[in-house]
Amino acid sequence: MAEPILMLALSPTMEEGTITRWHKKEGDTVANGDLLCEVETDKAVMEYESVNQGTLLAILVPDGGRARVGAPIAVVGKPGEDVSAFQPEVRAMAPEAPRQEPAVASAAQAREPAAARGGEAAPMGAAAPSSGLRRIKASPLARRLARERSLDLGGVRGSGPGGRVVKRDLELAGAAGLAAEGRAAAVPGAGAGKPAPAGGAGARAFGPAGGRRLPISGKRRVIAQRVWESKQNAPHYYIKIDLIADRLLEARQRLNARLPAQGGEGKVSLNSFLIKLSAETLKRHPVVNSSWQGDHIFSYDRADIGLAVAQEDGLITPVVRDCGAKGILAIERELVDLIARARANRLRPEEYTGATFTITNLGSYGILEFSAIINPPGSAILAVGRVRREPVVEEGDQLRIRSKLILTLSCDHRVVDGAVGAAFLSDLKAMIEDPIEALL
Amino acid sequence: MASYEYDLLVLGAGPGGYVAAIRAAQLGLKAAVIEKDKPGGVCLNIGCIPSKALLHEAEVVRTAEELKALGAAVDLSRLDYSQAFSKSRKAADTLSRGVVYLLKKNKVELVAGEGLIKGPHEIAVKGGKTLTGKFLLVATGSRPRPLPGFDFDEQAVLSSNGALMLEKLPRRVCILGGGAIGVEFAHIMSAFGVEVHLVEMLEQLLPLEDSEAVEVLARSFKKRGINIYTGTKASGYSRDGSVLKVSLEGKSGGKTLEVEQILLVVGRMPNTEGIGLESLGLKTERGFIPVGDYCQTSVPGVYAIGDVVPTPMLAHVASKEGEIAAEHMAGRPGRPRLDPLGIPGAVYCEPQLASFGYTEKKAREAGIAFEKAVCPYRAAGKSVAVGRPEGLVKILVDKESREIIGAHVVGAEATELIHELLLARSAELLPEDVATMIHAHPTLSEAVMEAARVAEGWAIQI
Repeated sequence: MAEPILMLALSPTMEEGTITRWHKKEGDTVANGDLLCEVETDKAVMEYESVNQGTLLAILVPDGGRARVGAPIAVVGKPGEDVSAFQPEVRAMAPEAPRQEPAVASAAQAREPAAARGGEAAPMGAAAPSSGLRRIKASPLARRLARERSLDLGGVRGSGPGGRVVKRDLELAGAAGLAAEGRAAAVPGAGAGKPAPAGGAGARAFGPAGGRRLPISGKRRVIAQRVWESKQNAPHYYIKIDLIADRLLEARQRLNARLPAQGGEGKVSLNSFLIKLSAETLKRHPVVNSSWQGDHIFSYDRADIGLAVAQEDGLITPVVRDCGAKGILAIERELVDLIARARANRLRPEEYTGATFTITNLGSYGILEFSAIINPPGSAILAVGRVRREPVVEEGDQLRIRSKLILTLSCDHRVVDGAVGAAFLSDLKAMIEDPIEALL
Repeated sequence: MASYEYDLLVLGAGPGGYVAAIRAAQLGLKAAVIEKDKPGGVCLNIGCIPSKALLHEAEVVRTAEELKALGAAVDLSRLDYSQAFSKSRKAADTLSRGVVYLLKKNKVELVAGEGLIKGPHEIAVKGGKTLTGKFLLVATGSRPRPLPGFDFDEQAVLSSNGALMLEKLPRRVCILGGGAIGVEFAHIMSAFGVEVHLVEMLEQLLPLEDSEAVEVLARSFKKRGINIYTGTKASGYSRDGSVLKVSLEGKSGGKTLEVEQILLVVGRMPNTEGIGLESLGLKTERGFIPVGDYCQTSVPGVYAIGDVVPTPMLAHVASKEGEIAAEHMAGRPGRPRLDPLGIPGAVYCEPQLASFGYTEKKAREAGIAFEKAVCPYRAAGKSVAVGRPEGLVKILVDKESREIIGAHVVGAEATELIHELLLARSAELLPEDVATMIHAHPTLSEAVMEAARVAEGWAIQI
């Protein structure tokens, strides 16, 4: 009997997926474990291996199409079986959108790219309760705006009566990067003065400013939601320290000189050193390696350190597990592999989630120093600037040229108090300035 | 830390001040209100309330015409305006006592006397003691704006105050100013048989209202014999015995009106002089006190609300600002600030006119892409049945978001009908929601539903 192949949750936070490429076509035989298609989830491109067997009778969601988790994407069965009973789910068919077209009639029609099916159904159906399990309270206007701008209301905190999401919240969330200049005037508090009388500046919500509507990728949406949630929920504070990095650079040079020549790529990176030394410092300051959990604080018994990696269309933080127990070469090996796969969008969810501490380094862009947004569930993130050569006044008023580096630690004050964060950063500085400290 | 007798001192017991004091008391603040006149302010004593009493009496007189149409012999020859006047005073007195009761019930102290601000925490009561408070709220309201050449003497040239205290109406009156106050007095006086000449400097009556709605009202006024001169100014007046000769300039220039009294209602001005603002170092802008989202002035702890701040000079705006300020003082600034497009305005004459948000003109000036949906009253069967078919409901909708950005209702009960659309706006409902909600039949509200259907493109009754 013909049966549907459903979109699976290929990552823990996935609610929807885009099929980037089918590896099977209609009529192909499918065996258990065969690569069916590639699916772009909220964070990465995943391979979808078949758990069904038989002949692929129909593809319901074509390349580039989207499907909710649990929605049918294809039909498998015996050749010649009737597939007319299977229809792709038309998304945005939520109760609040009653005017939309009823379900698309046939698989053939569904083969058009989603975007071709007209404005309403195509973009994400973001206003729909995304999982179908949770009812999102939102005003009709907020729903409409969310639908228009392809925003997910699920990530927006409602300030209306009974926690309802209202228009203002969408503007506060600023989750959409659309026509920002046109809407800026409507952000409450933008003008500190009195509300303008009707017709005055500030009353206009959606300006006709020129520009393009850019669709929001699943990844962009997740990034927006995560940084927004972090900045909303975790009271951030920032502490900064300037240090002399010559000994660390020297240690790196000496280590790399001992490694068999494998070309430049084979050298241990500065990031691996920072990860290793951070892990050692975290051992001495376990509070920094903890997470705020609402009713308790969870103290991790190992340091899983994430490193922010820029991708073409976003960023991802691959995680090196248990850095305290690993040597620097092991860390470097893992990091090289993780970064390469991160850039190719090939990380598995467990490889980029659950960092207990995160490092982000913009030194290669010449950034002197910066403050980062904490990457939950961690309570702190270390922002690394560029190494610069600078004159330093040393003992006996001697002027020396040294390599200097500014580190900025962003802490979640719910977990890490100022003195604790400062002690951590100060110890990290000591280790970097003299790596022997790590042995003590 | 300094200690004060009160948490909050409110200067002025109008609809802003007394509401703020009660809200503050509800939130646990110890409040006192200083008032030099009767509690309730202009609104209650020489504004909204007595004028609405007179408007009601005017309506009663006007319906006598309908009785005549039914064959009843109605004799209006002994109609006595002074009776209507005393009823209006009674209403004002009753409600003013109501305010005293409310203040008492909420344990707000009412201090009678003229208050003078001495500093950010101090108000001296003339001939009395000096009160101290942690917060200060300026709610001193406004007064009629004078016009050069037309000094208020409350004999020949009346302000709205004087007009409301008239026990006998003139036979002929010239009303200078076609805003809400002027239009309401024109309606009242005309209903009581006064020959009314209504002069407005700008191109339409009720210059801030939507011109399509005002057109309905102006037509009705003209039909009733009210003389309207728009685009016209009065350049001055001279006395000729008991007759005042008002000379006009502009569109109706060259004309001279002969009347018994002049009613000057060209606006109101904030009461911000002589109350001690200089002791706070607080500067005013064109007489108004600039404030922030929660009505805070530039002086920490000092707030200002109502007619002394540059928001629409309306009692309900003052009350809302009073709530916002009190909640902010009590550390509960949960509520969003005033939505400038969500402030209703109401003009109580027949036909009534009510609105909020953008007019067509303002929306165009703001460069908004909008759609308008208009439904005439006639489409609601009830308006014809009760003999009030003139009027319309108009909704302005943002083309892109479908947000209701303005609404204008003119006709019978317009000041009540507006609230369905205002609720729709404030709850962020879309025209579709109003269009699909079942409305009882027959009601005037059906015209509201129908206008929403027009907005949605599926009008049924028109």
